[in-house]
Amino acid sequence: MKRPGRLVAELVTVVVAAVIAFPLYWMVLTALKPADEVISANPRPWTLAPTLDNFTRALTVQSFGRYFLNSLVVALVVVVLSLLMSFLAATALTRFRFRGRTTMLIMLLVVQMVPVEALTVPLFFMMRSVGDTLPAFGLNHLGSLVLVHLAFSMPFAIWMLRGFVAAVPVELEEAATLDGASRFRFLWQVLFPLVAPGLVATSVLAFIHAWNDFLFAKTFIISAAENQTLPLALQAFVKPDQNDWGAIMAGSTLMTIPVLVFFVLVQRRLVSGLAGAVKG
Amino acid sequence: MARGDGRTAFAYLTPALLVLGGLMAYPIYQLVLISLFDYGQEQVSGGAPLVFLGLGNYAKLLADPQFWTVLWQTVGFAATCVVGTLVVGAVLAVLATRVRPWARMLLFLAALGAWATPAVAGSTIWLFLFDANFGLVNEILGSTGFSWTFDRWLAFGLVAAQVIWCSFPFVMVTLYAGIKAIPQEVVEAAALDGASTVRTARSVMLPLLRPLILVVTIQSIIWDFKVFTQIYVMTNGGGIAGRNLVLNVYAYQQAFAASEYGLGATIGVVMTALLLLITIGYLRALRKSGEEL
Repeated sequence: MKRPGRLVAELVTVVVAAVIAFPLYWMVLTALKPADEVISANPRPWTLAPTLDNFTRALTVQSFGRYFLNSLVVALVVVVLSLLMSFLAATALTRFRFRGRTTMLIMLLVVQMVPVEALTVPLFFMMRSVGDTLPAFGLNHLGSLVLVHLAFSMPFAIWMLRGFVAAVPVELEEAATLDGASRFRFLWQVLFPLVAPGLVATSVLAFIHAWNDFLFAKTFIISAAENQTLPLALQAFVKPDQNDWGAIMAGSTLMTIPVLVFFVLVQRRLVSGLAGAVKG
Repeated sequence: MARGDGRTAFAYLTPALLVLGGLMAYPIYQLVLISLFDYGQEQVSGGAPLVFLGLGNYAKLLADPQFWTVLWQTVGFAATCVVGTLVVGAVLAVLATRVRPWARMLLFLAALGAWATPAVAGSTIWLFLFDANFGLVNEILGSTGFSWTFDRWLAFGLVAAQVIWCSFPFVMVTLYAGIKAIPQEVVEAAALDGASTVRTARSVMLPLLRPLILVVTIQSIIWDFKVFTQIYVMTNGGGIAGRNLVLNVYAYQQAFAASEYGLGATIGVVMTALLLLITIGYLRALRKSGEEL
């Protein structure tokens, strides 16, 4: 390849990367700027007086800490439940032959194509009636969000875990049985750790899905301010005028960081885990 | 296989089946059912009897000029996003193959950041960058006070740019992997036969990448057709007098702002049907290109 051509391409790449990353840089920078610099007529692309004031304000005045916790609880409960249920279902669909198995697999594919956004109306009324008997899972409670995101994340999780379960040799189960392990012990002490790489990937996806959700939080959490999640709280404190942009950007930063961390984590763990699975 | 296998399998499947049946299958049935009734605030509170309309809601929707405006806006908006995402993703994927690893790393890191940003946070950041009074863009252009979200098409353009920003990384990473998977010998053979770079790209690489391009195209169509968060956050619920509505936001506003739950469900059914058509086209195209399901 010609040298000058490559240099031009690299220069273009650096500029493009800077443009793509700029909104994120601007978010973190604004979050760290003192108030007068945020609304200055000549915003500078750096700050000489970084401060955590914006974060303090977002966490105290807007009680972002509370919403952060709510989002975290919903996402983590969804991840744990979805993993357990999907693991069991994937094992059943991979390790057993029974009537209706193929139909179930096809249904799993079809269900993934349904735009879940269209289901807000029926789900809203379902959650309303659920709330009459089980308030914790009804409207205005985090349980309702857990339920829907559990359902939305499971078809894909089952589909993905199927491959990982299938990759574990059947001989291993026979050996475990010969050694006197019960089916239950084999499931949790042998199979579960072996499909862990697959569990990491699916759990990250489920986490991000639940963490980012705005539509269902907006539909279900109508009047209980204390049960709002991060996306809802962030949107609520963007007003047409007089925005506290410093605090808003601090909130956006708080919301983005866990997802970024997860993205980086999944890359490392997934690659090393997959390599291990192939070797073993 | 032992006799108890069926029962064990069933026991393993039960939790998943309960959740999926209760929270996916049943709501889909309910969605269709609600769309057949006149279901508003009075019916919900029990103040008026439930009236079965049959296809009445559908007739009402199809006769409503606003529905058609919203439908075409959705199609236009989605098309802009899809084309933009594909072009940016493809160009950057090609660019990534032409630079040394350190530059590629920079590009991928930046893309990863855009990809990982939650939709609400991303929309908010863009709103701030394009804010009328304190936004950086207006400062640079010297147009302080200019509102980027007032004009209908400008607002759509801004939202589309944000959507492209957070969805091109998927296309870029996929196509980059695809280009890398093309055997070097094929490209070299074409060069030996005297084919120019452009000719090689068009006649050798493009046909090989076709299945992959198809997958990312359809995937983008499905995603961009259902954009909700960006429109809702950036145009404050669908713009002034609803001029920036797309189907998804329209359904939400009909159901939860206007309390026309029956009509909202009807729009949901129409949207599902449209997406199902696209998906069927997707599957047929996949099968035709010999892809495994």
